[in-house]
Amino acid sequence: MTNVSVTVNGQSREADVEDRTLLVYYLRENLGLTGTNVGCDTSTCGSCTVLLDGESVKSCTLLAAQAEGREITTIEAMADGDTMHPIQDAFRRNHGLQCGYCTPGMVMAAASYLKENPSPTEEEVREALEGNLCRCTGYQNIVKSILDAAGQMSGASA
Amino acid sequence: MATTEKYVGQPVLRKEDPELLTGRGRYTDDLSVTGMLWMSVVRSPFAHARIKGVDVSKALEVPGVVAAFAGGDFEWAGPLLMAWPVTDDLKNAPHMPLTTDKARYQGDGVAVVVAESRGAAMDGAEVVDVDYDALPAVTDVEVATEHGAPIVHDDFGTNESYTWSLTNGKVDEVFANAPVVVRERYRIQRQVPNAIEPRAILVEPNAASGHFTMWSSTQIPHVLRTAMALATGIPESKLRIVAPRVGGGFGSKLQVYPEEALALAVAKKLGRPIKWVETRSENYLATHHGRDQLQEMEIAADEDGKILGYRANILANMGAYLRIIAPGTPVLGGFLYCGAYMGEAYHVSITGVYTNTTPVDAYRGAGRPESTQAIERAMDALARRVGKDVVEIRRMNFMPPFTEATQSIGGLMIDSGNYPATLDAALEMFDYEQLRKEQQARRDAGDVRQIGIGFSTYLENCGWGPSKVIGNVLQYAGGGWEAATVRCHPTGKVVVITGATPHGQGGETVYAQVAADELGLKVEDVEVLFGDTDISPNGWDTYGSRGAAVGTPAIAQAAARVREKARKIAAHDLEVPENEVEWKDGAFRLRGAPDVARTIPETAFAAWRAHNLPSGVEPGLEGSAFFDPENLVFPFGAHICAVEVDTETGKVDVLKYVAVDDIGTVLNPMLAEGQVVGGVVQGIAEALFEEAVYDDGGNLVSSTMTTYAIPGAPDVPTIDVGMGSVTPSTTNELGIKGVGETGTIASPPAVLNAVVDALTPLGVTQIDRPATSERVWRAIRDARGGKGGRA
Repeated sequence: MTNVSVTVNGQSREADVEDRTLLVYYLRENLGLTGTNVGCDTSTCGSCTVLLDGESVKSCTLLAAQAEGREITTIEAMADGDTMHPIQDAFRRNHGLQCGYCTPGMVMAAASYLKENPSPTEEEVREALEGNLCRCTGYQNIVKSILDAAGQMSGASA
Repeated sequence: MATTEKYVGQPVLRKEDPELLTGRGRYTDDLSVTGMLWMSVVRSPFAHARIKGVDVSKALEVPGVVAAFAGGDFEWAGPLLMAWPVTDDLKNAPHMPLTTDKARYQGDGVAVVVAESRGAAMDGAEVVDVDYDALPAVTDVEVATEHGAPIVHDDFGTNESYTWSLTNGKVDEVFANAPVVVRERYRIQRQVPNAIEPRAILVEPNAASGHFTMWSSTQIPHVLRTAMALATGIPESKLRIVAPRVGGGFGSKLQVYPEEALALAVAKKLGRPIKWVETRSENYLATHHGRDQLQEMEIAADEDGKILGYRANILANMGAYLRIIAPGTPVLGGFLYCGAYMGEAYHVSITGVYTNTTPVDAYRGAGRPESTQAIERAMDALARRVGKDVVEIRRMNFMPPFTEATQSIGGLMIDSGNYPATLDAALEMFDYEQLRKEQQARRDAGDVRQIGIGFSTYLENCGWGPSKVIGNVLQYAGGGWEAATVRCHPTGKVVVITGATPHGQGGETVYAQVAADELGLKVEDVEVLFGDTDISPNGWDTYGSRGAAVGTPAIAQAAARVREKARKIAAHDLEVPENEVEWKDGAFRLRGAPDVARTIPETAFAAWRAHNLPSGVEPGLEGSAFFDPENLVFPFGAHICAVEVDTETGKVDVLKYVAVDDIGTVLNPMLAEGQVVGGVVQGIAEALFEEAVYDDGGNLVSSTMTTYAIPGAPDVPTIDVGMGSVTPSTTNELGIKGVGETGTIASPPAVLNAVVDALTPLGVTQIDRPATSERVWRAIRDARGGKGGRA
């Protein structure tokens, strides 16, 4: 067993976990943050995407122990109380989700990407989402949502 | 408060979204119960092997392992439900949750291990010792029918389970005398559905009362409850099945799975809660697959291309066992090998075949993508043969527009149709003439990158389904009605309870829209409850595009019953005879004095207090209904696809895609468009990328998300959707036709026809699916007589 302590969504959290525990299971099963989903076992689908020190990472690609001392943001912290993050709001207005399972990963990937590129083209958004699979939407409204959110976010900061 | 705002037809934002967007949605794997154990299934690595012994003793030595069981340790009340014996002489091998005699596909379950943690259960499963005697395997549907092929179920002496056929008209005569006969052969490759949420199950037993609650990532909690009672012997009255948020299904969760029965049986044995979560790699082996057919498709026509007859012979791969509706899945397309076209004669024969592969069952479209691709690709072959444009050949053979139910040569009574209308609308959106010019220019220039245009003017049947028809004509074991209850709370809020089980489509939203309109309420005052057999005791769940077409009319009917009762209460309260009040603008209003009115919330409050009800009227305000449609519903449309094919590399890019679907009344255009786009992209993936591949030993080679090509966002185009054509269904009063499967049904042939069209000048007339770069490149090379290179 290993003790892993991290800062998650602004709070210090710790738990004893088996050495082999992946970060995603640490978040879900030890810390009870089940908003981050698991869709595959090959680091392909991106459902488990979270922010690690501000950058998106598939939380199944590293062990919980590798996150020791680092800062993690999950989908649970994206909204400000009842006010959704502009990306979440854009997903809702543009019907960017159906079953919702890939959605937290999509939102986190988008949040990281829009920091890197605040006004992307459609093609750039599609490329940026390459590591996140969706089976319901055909991606169209996800792309639309992210472009919409980019507009909203740059408008807000301008 | 009453509202005059109408919601049906509006792009109402989804009620489901806030919780799903904020990580508060609860899928099965998000749930835990105190004292819960984890289950892991030991699966056969062999596609075909005799089981000589199973020794679980080493697993019991693994720290954390609590118990381990082989197939022989269970006593089942019955096999897993197979609900669709399509013929009287169908050969069905009872499918038990764990196999004891032979493993019949790679992934067939032979034992389970139960432990205190997920990891310990997996560790235990690793060391269960199974003594296998490997046997030759058969995975190909055609090889399985040949003499000397390995036999999957020894007792039958054959792999052929059934042959279902349908004949209308003088088929042999028509074909013998037809001036033109087109013969095509298509392989519909196997698909892995890949809902992004893998399956998950949690069972909580109550040892004292004998009750069991099962949470499962399923599309069919109601069907599952009955099936679990039949398999485990636990009384149905003591079983509660809950489908919480479900992360996609596409038919793959329309199933009664071995793990569901095993989790219940183990929970019963140990008296402890049991959880099982499928890994993705396990999903590839153990969740049912889709498609997998070999088709021989023939069209008889005159010299002009006017169609006289259709003849299709289908071999359908069933996999190792017949799953819940597997035999009927290809039959769902059995009436549609004529598409939306006329003719004098029709024959379809479908043979279901066992192989040593993962069982095959419904996958989005179920039987109709297969039939649609056969007829739509054969239409292009006919056009080439008689020298007609692919648009003209379709137009001249369409059934003329009709608004009352009309018989097709395929034997369907179609609710309504206007096939030229969707074709015209799609052509207008597509800019067809311009793209044909561009195509010709590239052909003339011998461009490396050629353009192709493909059509699919499809017709489908869905809205499962009229109980009498599916029972008496199609020999389906279950019913096809849907149930709903509308309950008005005293404070004016309303709860709708549906027997449908939406899992991503947005059912919660459209059901609330319909109920709000029927009762003059705000959509936010309506809550929709579903997916819990203790809350919605009756229902047939969600699949086959039935959520809107069958689920919604039940809700409208239940709401109408609420209104009937509320009218009596309102009139009594207004001290006028009932016929003096009319339902108008969301309230009961006094004729001639519309401001004197009673709303549903007001009557609900009066019904709850029951201080002053008319004589003979019971307290409370709620209504229930069972809606059983008289017919299926028949969406149709025209899809047009333009592709660019690199003739040096074989790479195919979709340049433009237009989809015009007539789904009858549109409940929510935003959600309907979402269904179409998602379905089309899934179909494009089927046409170009995805294929489940077995090697000769029966190993599933494409068994992870890294080896099975699910497209990502950069791989797929933007879809232009046109919803302008609305031909109301005559099957239900709301005029709804259904939309969930149209995209996957329509799109594969549009894409494949476009690829073939691009390469026709090079002599290519056939491309196998999926049209990967390699396949396209090989087709070009073969057409050129073995030489690669430029166009």
